[in-house]
Amino acid sequence: MTKPPVEPPGEGESPETTGDGAPDRRGEGGEHAAHAEPAVSSPDAEPETERGEVTAEREALLEAAAAGVAPQPDQTVKVEAPPLEKPHSWPVRFLRYLVTANAVMVTVYSLILAMIIGGILIIVSDEEIRGMYTYFFSRPGDALSASWTAVADAYSALFQGAIINFEQLSLALNGESEWGPVLRPISNTLTNAAPLIFTGLAVALAFRAGLFNIGAQGQAIAGAVGAAVVGFGLDLPLGIHLVVTLAGGALAGGLWGAIPGILKARTGAHEVITSIMLNYVAAYGLLWVISTEFVHSEERTDAISKSVDNTSWLPNLFLDANLRANWGVLFAVAAAGVVGWLLTRSTLGFRMRTVGANPDAARTAGMGVPNTYATAMGLAGALAGLGGAVIMLSSTSHALTPAVVGNVGFDGITVALLGRAKPVGVVLSGLLFGAMQAGGVQMQTVADIPVDMVTVLQALIVIFIAAPALVKAIFRLRTSRGAGMDLTMAKGW
Amino acid sequence: MTTLATAEVAESKAVHGFWTRSSKAGIAYVVLGLVAAWLGTRVDDGADAVFKIFWTGSDIEVKLPAAATVFVLAALCVLAGATLISPAGRNLFGWGTGVALVGFTLAFVCFSIAKPGVFLPVTATMQGALFLALPLILGALCGVLCERSGVINVAIEGQFLVGAFTGALIGTLTASAWAGLIAGALAGCLIGLFLAVLAIRYLVDQVVLGVVLNLLALGLTGFLYERIMQQAAEKYNAPPKLGEWTIPLLSKIPVIGPALFDQNIFTYFAIALVVIVYVALFHTPFGLRTRAVGEHPAAADSVGVRVNWVRFRNVLMGGLIAGVGGAFFTIGSAIAFNKNMTVGKGFIALAVLIVGRWNPIGALLGALLFGFTDQLQIFLSSMPGGSPIPSQFLSMLPYIVTIFAVAGLVGKVRAPAADGVPYVKS
Repeated sequence: MTKPPVEPPGEGESPETTGDGAPDRRGEGGEHAAHAEPAVSSPDAEPETERGEVTAEREALLEAAAAGVAPQPDQTVKVEAPPLEKPHSWPVRFLRYLVTANAVMVTVYSLILAMIIGGILIIVSDEEIRGMYTYFFSRPGDALSASWTAVADAYSALFQGAIINFEQLSLALNGESEWGPVLRPISNTLTNAAPLIFTGLAVALAFRAGLFNIGAQGQAIAGAVGAAVVGFGLDLPLGIHLVVTLAGGALAGGLWGAIPGILKARTGAHEVITSIMLNYVAAYGLLWVISTEFVHSEERTDAISKSVDNTSWLPNLFLDANLRANWGVLFAVAAAGVVGWLLTRSTLGFRMRTVGANPDAARTAGMGVPNTYATAMGLAGALAGLGGAVIMLSSTSHALTPAVVGNVGFDGITVALLGRAKPVGVVLSGLLFGAMQAGGVQMQTVADIPVDMVTVLQALIVIFIAAPALVKAIFRLRTSRGAGMDLTMAKGW
Repeated sequence: MTTLATAEVAESKAVHGFWTRSSKAGIAYVVLGLVAAWLGTRVDDGADAVFKIFWTGSDIEVKLPAAATVFVLAALCVLAGATLISPAGRNLFGWGTGVALVGFTLAFVCFSIAKPGVFLPVTATMQGALFLALPLILGALCGVLCERSGVINVAIEGQFLVGAFTGALIGTLTASAWAGLIAGALAGCLIGLFLAVLAIRYLVDQVVLGVVLNLLALGLTGFLYERIMQQAAEKYNAPPKLGEWTIPLLSKIPVIGPALFDQNIFTYFAIALVVIVYVALFHTPFGLRTRAVGEHPAAADSVGVRVNWVRFRNVLMGGLIAGVGGAFFTIGSAIAFNKNMTVGKGFIALAVLIVGRWNPIGALLGALLFGFTDQLQIFLSSMPGGSPIPSQFLSMLPYIVTIFAVAGLVGKVRAPAADGVPYVKS
């Protein structure tokens, strides 16, 4: 990952200066140096890039250098490896893709496996259907059809609650209803996805620095508290207030998140234990905060805080005011972009990844490992804090309640793992799990399947993704590189 | 805490000179002592701190003048801190810490109960502390077995949850606490099986895996709770209680008798298990193999120990023990299962394991410390007249103690060298 780029012949400068010094040396051969930069970070940006391709790219650079032709900076250099066998037509290649253990297909198969196990759970936990299996051999049709109906109802509710409700769609198509209700499932999905992406990024960022941040839950709580206090405590104009509120959430989450980082840096205490303990401390802290006079709602006696001013609400995403989706999801995607830039393009990100890959090597190279731990956890905490702020601002009461952030921090762990700790992956898996949660609510109301099923599915998906060899063996897939999570944490305690 | 921590600690010593661990801790204890003394000034004049202690068959009352006692304990705390700061106290870290923390805790207790009509039932508190420590002991023993053989088990929380759920379910269905206990153990073992297969056979990162298995257990028990138990609680979720044994003569020993010898069967089981695991680990071929596999699997392999088989077996045995610990939550005192009822006890067990230095006896002592904190917290928040501190802060106490214990002891403790590193025969 950190191999220096192959220098074109005749360029004797050390590889470290390549990136910074490139603009100055844009003379003859300078182009190569500038172009070599992506080769350093490309294995990270595109993890699936096979080693052969990288070498091919280098060879192309060398060839170009020898010929005296500078490749265009924007042009991707790709040299076809000599074909080992006859190229197939696209349907064959597509089918081959389907049966190869690559990152996408392993995810798809994991999803299928998890749904199958979930289906079995639905059947087994249904008393009526269990009864039918007692006379399975005399009338197998009863049990099988009842099982099928139960599972199909559940998953169809899951889908319709998450993506599109067919009943509403047909009503709208016939002109009997507005289009708003048709968009409601999507709106719910986006609303759920926003905080999940934030906490997923919080876990993913820490992962890249070699830290396992289980504390996103506590950091999200801290963020929600910080945002709420700013939200109702300050009186600011529209727009500025929202920014300050989100900043308050990020700051509170960041400070809370920095604690395990500092503890690890200064004492070596493992962040898994300290951050999970801080989750419980934060949960009780939230109860206390809500009970204080400054925060507690003046109108209500139950455990709820004052509502934040509407100047700090997140603007609606859709014009229809009945739809909950707000700009939170846009901010989340933007945050993913920033994290992506930070990790692959900035010095800090490079330091974090180096520390994550090998702390000993990082220290030898003169990087401050303790500081990096503290910074990474602080940044992760800020992201999770934003998630908490967004979830608080998206709630119908716009206030703190004891369960305001729900389980978003723990779900963030699965989001980060499914997204393989890459920002793009986190956005996609955040959307997937957001959809599953939106659908889970529908599943509970329509098909009477407890919403906990979604947690089970999430955990199962991630377990299968964590063990690509298992999925590969079950489906007898072909070997491919890059299927796994490739997330190996610091060994031991 | 591996090479990094040691290097960091060495670095900090070289740079800071005076600021050694000992002197920093000493300053903290002096501050704690001063806080305690300040608490002493807040005690009402002439108020007594009353303790009730079991004494040959009945309770006796011990009355201490509260303010004076608090001042004495505060002075003790300051003294311990000062000793640690002075060059003479450098080697007394353990003792100084112990005296200071016990002194501060007792001062705080005296301050809290210095009210008319309030007393601290000492023997009952000890009994409660041991009771609350039981799952921690069992969970930490599970951790000892797993981690001494080189498999990190973060899934203790999940094993507790499935153990508690299955114990309640089977215990209710069969109307037998013993059946529930066995079922709970097997359920914990099942999670252990997942852990073992995925970590040893499929080389999944063990910390990540443990956390995800916890989520799976949380979702699974929550789902089945809603779907099965909530439908007919009296049919599926009314677990019986595993009996209590009173050991005839020993239970009459003053002070500690009732706490140790008039207890739940789990207590005897847990304490026996501590001894068994200790002996097995350090005085039998089984333990030698386990430790060899955890420290240097390649060396163990070269003398014919089947590394992955040893790990597999240990993780499964650990799962059985953690499952019993989970069953304790429900059939230990006939409490119905509830969603996420273990509230992080599995993670505290993990902390106990680290604080206890991967040693069964250490785990026992660590678990008792946490059990005591928890019991104190419960006592103070349910005390007549209420506690001077908001109850939410009292509830945080066990978790905060965990953070301090893990952060304060690290650098002094060392995990098995191959802990968390899968063994692939090359």
